[in-house]
Amino acid sequence: MALILNEEQKMLKDSANEFLAMNAPVEQFRTLRDNNYQAFDQDLWQEIVEMGWTALTFPEEFNGLDFGYVGLGQVMEEMGKRLTKAPLFSSIVLAGTALVHSANQGLKERWIPALMNGTKRLAFAQDEKSYFDPNNTATTATKTGNEYTLNGCKKMVIDGAGADGFIVVAKTDEGDLGLFLVDAESEGITMTTEVLLDAGTYAQIDFNAVKIDASQRLNDVGNGNALLNHINNTAAICLSAEMLGMITEAFGQTVAYLQERQQFGKRIGTYQALQHRAAKLFCEIELCKSVVIKALQGLDNKAENIDQLASLAKAKLGDTIKLVTNEAMQMHGGIGVTDDVNIGFYFKRARVAQRLFGDYNYHLDRYARLKAY
Amino acid sequence: METMSKTDLEDFRLETRKWLEENCPASMRTPVKDSGDFFWGGRNTSFKNEDQKIWFEKMLQKKWIVPYWDTKYGGGGLSDEENNILTQEMTRLGCRKPIFSFGISMLGPALHKFASEEQKMRFLPEITAGKTWWCQGYSEPNAGSDLAGLQTKAEDKGDHYLINGSKVWTSYADKADWIFCLVRTDFDAPKHNGISFLLIDMTSEGVSTRPIKLISGKSPFCETFFDNVKVPKENLIGTLNDGWTIAKYLLTHERQMIGGVGETDVRRELHEIAKENLAFRDGVLADPVLRTEIAVQGMNDSIFEMTIQRIMDEAKTGVNAGALSSFFKYYGTEQNVSRMELLTAITGSDGLIWESENEDAKVQARLFCRSKGNTIEGGTSEIQLGIISKRILNLPS
Repeated sequence: MALILNEEQKMLKDSANEFLAMNAPVEQFRTLRDNNYQAFDQDLWQEIVEMGWTALTFPEEFNGLDFGYVGLGQVMEEMGKRLTKAPLFSSIVLAGTALVHSANQGLKERWIPALMNGTKRLAFAQDEKSYFDPNNTATTATKTGNEYTLNGCKKMVIDGAGADGFIVVAKTDEGDLGLFLVDAESEGITMTTEVLLDAGTYAQIDFNAVKIDASQRLNDVGNGNALLNHINNTAAICLSAEMLGMITEAFGQTVAYLQERQQFGKRIGTYQALQHRAAKLFCEIELCKSVVIKALQGLDNKAENIDQLASLAKAKLGDTIKLVTNEAMQMHGGIGVTDDVNIGFYFKRARVAQRLFGDYNYHLDRYARLKAY
Repeated sequence: METMSKTDLEDFRLETRKWLEENCPASMRTPVKDSGDFFWGGRNTSFKNEDQKIWFEKMLQKKWIVPYWDTKYGGGGLSDEENNILTQEMTRLGCRKPIFSFGISMLGPALHKFASEEQKMRFLPEITAGKTWWCQGYSEPNAGSDLAGLQTKAEDKGDHYLINGSKVWTSYADKADWIFCLVRTDFDAPKHNGISFLLIDMTSEGVSTRPIKLISGKSPFCETFFDNVKVPKENLIGTLNDGWTIAKYLLTHERQMIGGVGETDVRRELHEIAKENLAFRDGVLADPVLRTEIAVQGMNDSIFEMTIQRIMDEAKTGVNAGALSSFFKYYGTEQNVSRMELLTAITGSDGLIWESENEDAKVQARLFCRSKGNTIEGGTSEIQLGIISKRILNLPS
């Protein structure tokens, strides 16, 4: 398959670019941050729903567009360019993917239309420690009759505050992982929030003997690991697409600065020390573009090596985004470390994005393990 | 050219596959160890063995020495789609190229673009017949990275040019029949505007060569000297004093060729070699530093391959990939150098063998030494980064 966008995908990317340039420039990110770290703008979210972006990856049987992850990836990339805040990743990529691949028809019928039209939001509760570790879930779901009792503590829940429910990963006493859709109003839930350096709000949620009806379980017994693995792959790939947008934008702003900033009577872009560093970044970014589209296509084609593609993408993007945003700061000089210019926003968001769903080290190690070394 | 339908192309694939299976000798489907295993053509060369001769002659009869050139020049006249199919099928069967020729990969594209029809008819059929071994005369002792500073002089003597000067890094000059050369035809003009592109018969009086020994112990490189060499004026390609345009065009082809080092060979993944040589603990390589380095190399090798595909796919839709040849050259050779460095680490003392009485020993240390030239030849990494920053990123000079 050719590693390029087809005509429809190109049109979607162009319209996302146009729409976001008009309605969600990076200044909006600043405004939301300065407004007590507001999570997102409700009007923008409604417009995003109307643009159809929330329906891209849902199948036609739920009135979705069945357009695929390459398309959603283009939207994520364009949002990354402007650090757009919206619950597209939490509610559509994470919860949406979990529901689409769920075996529970009732939950699908109840929730997919509501997620698509934006009337409800779900958040995904997986992490328990300060690092990504999907193979060591400590939260438990104990079955009694037709009910599970959930106990544990989840961290880093994206857009957790204000969500209508959570998809919670827990170890069941049936010997596998269960993914449960838990109503946010359930008894036994305590939430605290933290703002991280990207001005994003993340929830920590305590589940203290929360009762869940067995019909709220997404996966059949025995399929928990596979479902979780698929969600994590999808998350890593879509985040990589968002990171690609951040990288190209931070790099573009930096090259523009090298072209105009004058010192010693000439533009600093004339200095070879800076030229060569910029050229090296260009090369790494070319690689990033390739692995992102390849991995997005892999999601749509149900590629056999999707584990590998997801880890390649997240490892490469995680490594490159650190490099590019660090270099962007350094090349901007003093002004780069002030809050007056936007370049620091990319640097800060990069630190969070590269960590979510596995950082460079995690995915490089996973890639090697998948290759059996 | 008529475009073929999908079914026609599928038929072409099946016919091609069948023909290759029937005509490519088994020994010509094994990976080459080095460039010495290829047939190089030319007036004076001989085949290394009978299979090599059979394979070359079969492909010659089929007009597939250069399958995508026009039939009037002895090419196969294949469309891009057909040529891609042929390449894919040859790769699938592991068929070697029937000939290794700078005439095909470097000079040919330049002649197609810049030579007169008369010159094309004179030189291209000799290339497709494998009769001329071409070498390249670009660098000079004082013009390496600063190629445009070249000083080899061509004086206008009425019906001919008189050449004096010397070239360096002329691969296989001691074996080649002809050389394509950059010469200075105007010493007063700015340096880029006084260069011409000239074809010179290596048997001309006054041409001599001297081999250069590299740190790898041997090499195809030579120095080539021109001492009052007379070259007919009809051997000038393109416009007088506009040779730099041709030189740049040709360099993009050379960069792509060097950037793709090893890409055509069967290249084993490093972790497979590591499994044969190194200790494992709990299912992973016991040396954590080496394991990480191998994974980084594997990650970037694999994504670089995707990138070659992506940029080629984009080029097919009309996106200009010209300046990206510097990216390919830079990244491809840097990857190759780091790969050889890692391979040397993985193979331990075996990787340091220079000569051995044991016939099976792989003499890898020489390849390792040779790889150090990859990031220098065809324009150093630093030159490529300069081109990227100026031509792609538009950074000021």
